[in-house]
Amino acid sequence: MSEYNFAYLDEQTKRMIRRAILKGLAVPGYQVPFASREMPMPYGWGTGGVQVSAATLTPEDTLKVIDQGADDTTNAVSIRKFFENTAGVETTEETAKATVIQTRHRIPEAKLRDDQIIVYQVPIPEPLRFLEPRETETRKMHSLEEYGLMHVKLYEDISQHGAISTAYAYPVKVSGRYVMDPSPIPKFDNPKLEMDAIQLFGAGREQRIYAVPPHTKVVSLDFEDYPFEATKAEHPCDLCGAEDSYLDEVIMDDAGNRMFVCSDTDYCRSRRAAGHVGRLAEEDAA
Amino acid sequence: MEKDEAMIELINVSKSFTLHNQGSAVIPVMKGASLRVKPGECVALTGASGAGKSTLMRVIYGNYLAASGQVLVGELDVARAEPREILTLRRETLGYVSQFLRVVPRVPTLEVVAEPLLAVGADKQAALAKASGLLRRLNIPERLWTLSPTTFSGGEQQRVNIARGFARDYPAILLDEPTASLDARNRETVLSLIEEAKGRGAAIVGIFHDVEARERVCDREINVSEFTPGMAA
Amino acid sequence: MTPLLQVKGIEKRYGARIGCMDVSFYLYPGEVMGIVGESGSGKSTLLNCMAGHLEPDAGQVIFDTRADGPVDTVTMSEPERRMLSRTDWAFVHQHARDGLRMSVSAGGNIGERLMAVGDRHYGDIRHKAIDWLGRVEIDEARVDDRPTAFSGGMQQRLQIARNLVTGPRLVFMDEPTGGLDVSVQARLLDLLRGLVREMGLSAIIVTHDLAVVRLLADRLMVMKGGHVVEAGLTDQVLDDPQHAYTQLLVSSVLQV
Repeated sequence: MSEYNFAYLDEQTKRMIRRAILKGLAVPGYQVPFASREMPMPYGWGTGGVQVSAATLTPEDTLKVIDQGADDTTNAVSIRKFFENTAGVETTEETAKATVIQTRHRIPEAKLRDDQIIVYQVPIPEPLRFLEPRETETRKMHSLEEYGLMHVKLYEDISQHGAISTAYAYPVKVSGRYVMDPSPIPKFDNPKLEMDAIQLFGAGREQRIYAVPPHTKVVSLDFEDYPFEATKAEHPCDLCGAEDSYLDEVIMDDAGNRMFVCSDTDYCRSRRAAGHVGRLAEEDAA
Repeated sequence: MEKDEAMIELINVSKSFTLHNQGSAVIPVMKGASLRVKPGECVALTGASGAGKSTLMRVIYGNYLAASGQVLVGELDVARAEPREILTLRRETLGYVSQFLRVVPRVPTLEVVAEPLLAVGADKQAALAKASGLLRRLNIPERLWTLSPTTFSGGEQQRVNIARGFARDYPAILLDEPTASLDARNRETVLSLIEEAKGRGAAIVGIFHDVEARERVCDREINVSEFTPGMAA
Repeated sequence: MTPLLQVKGIEKRYGARIGCMDVSFYLYPGEVMGIVGESGSGKSTLLNCMAGHLEPDAGQVIFDTRADGPVDTVTMSEPERRMLSRTDWAFVHQHARDGLRMSVSAGGNIGERLMAVGDRHYGDIRHKAIDWLGRVEIDEARVDDRPTAFSGGMQQRLQIARNLVTGPRLVFMDEPTGGLDVSVQARLLDLLRGLVREMGLSAIIVTHDLAVVRLLADRLMVMKGGHVVEAGLTDQVLDDPQHAYTQLLVSSVLQV
């Protein structure tokens, strides 16, 4: 039996996906339908992102895969291995060294450059789905720019919780036109959506690809009297002491002791390597 | 409008009912009806019960459709007018005091009476003041003003109806038995209201079974039997 | 005076069957017109053609727009028509469920049209929503409750508030009191009548209930088999019906 075609997918499929990507880049935020293929992994494990990555990778690329910011979780490891096997590309855990980054639910803390591509795994690409279940109707709403419904969702948040409680998959308006679901990234990451790198979004089960070209205006929806806030836990990282990174809360014992650590493992590791020390790391050292 | 010009004028008006669901029977009820009522004049319609007094009033009001002829109220031929023209006429020119009060439930009496004024954009305070004055003259106790008249006695409802009918100074007024079922004191008030309306130049057509009242306020009588087909006057 | 709505020769067929045929009338600002007829008479088809929910096979529905004066809404672009139906038009469905978002709070339901036309101040939107709850006689404490927790009459009043919050000029109503208890109907009718007067609304009300049109409508159109058989002043049509069908309709109503 011969080897896999480069990056698993056959060339025709990759061309089809690239056409969808190019269309997505040409119409920022617009959901382009594509003929999603069966992949050797279950839906929900990043089949959309994997297809976009497969169509994007070249043999010279260096790939990084993160899940919730971490390079070492099952999902990240298995996708990285998948491309090591099927494409033979270099892989890395260092954000700066990667040329293609596939991610689930985070944007790396390090500023991305214009020679990088970030690929998001998307479970539900339709931001209007929450309130309008009919696909025919949501398509019409996008085409006619009828986005009042998005604010109804935010209104409901405030009326029920006293603030906009949507903490992830926070809707944005791209380039003043399409309202887009940025995938379930924390809203802390929303300001980073205006970046130098190319951003591609793939939803395998829903068969949609969309994109944000570099330097595109991305505005998080809000109310005048309840402006958007990119929130995070009010702590520094307990390992590296970073005060500007998104944190995971870890329960440490049955007594309820907790620690806060950078969700971006590479960011945390590189800071510690540079000599930064957090609260609990100090104790270890002592 | 010239002094001699009629405010209400019927020219050769006929009316019949066609009962499509009873073998298309055609019942002629009025033929060759003509009358003129000048501003400041009050004309009584007389004739036996069933002769068509109420029918004639309804034709003038546009509630019944005339089969032929002209029904002029001011400049408008009611027999040929568009619905909105008749609505404007009723709002601005032609008042009607029927025997029965037909109102929306839950609206307080004071507002029921003031409504004809509010409908033409009158100042709310002025309208309510006018309504209060009329209700007081007609001896409706003030404690009832905030209640809907739907729960009132027949006599009280009749007086509310009259107050409403006289809230606005209409140039033309139709009165259907305005003094029926009123005691002497209220009857006197109603007759004064009619006289005041005449005094300011209203043209009035009315049905009065109360002979004394009729003789006091009416200038002429018209026997509608003359217009009843097959009933020689 | 320019008519608010000019309906000219509207025709809609379902295959060989006639939905409605050759319907024409003018509606002037502030007028309320009732359309009565039995099931299948074409009254709902006509309403849906006028409101842009159905495309008529022939005819024009010319609306006097604020910006450009009279425009045929049948041939205008869909974005324009949808914008019209969120701003100057309103549609009250027979079943409140069809006109409400059942998973959204009462306040959100009322606020939607405001947000759709660009309102972006939460406090203002909420204030207007609460004001409208009061106007339709719903306790403001219910502002964050979902309509699923409301009675049928309340749902219908909420639907009305949701529709009227943007101050439309023309309201289409499809059997607005259908399916409600008689006492609840009366309250709703009072409310509608008050709002129509107060806001100077023009309205077209489709119903089979003559009491509804007697109370609400200035004018009446009677339909049978897709055709208008009689039209005129409401009290004249009801008290002195000319057409055989209208006579039958009027005489079939139980007197109370």
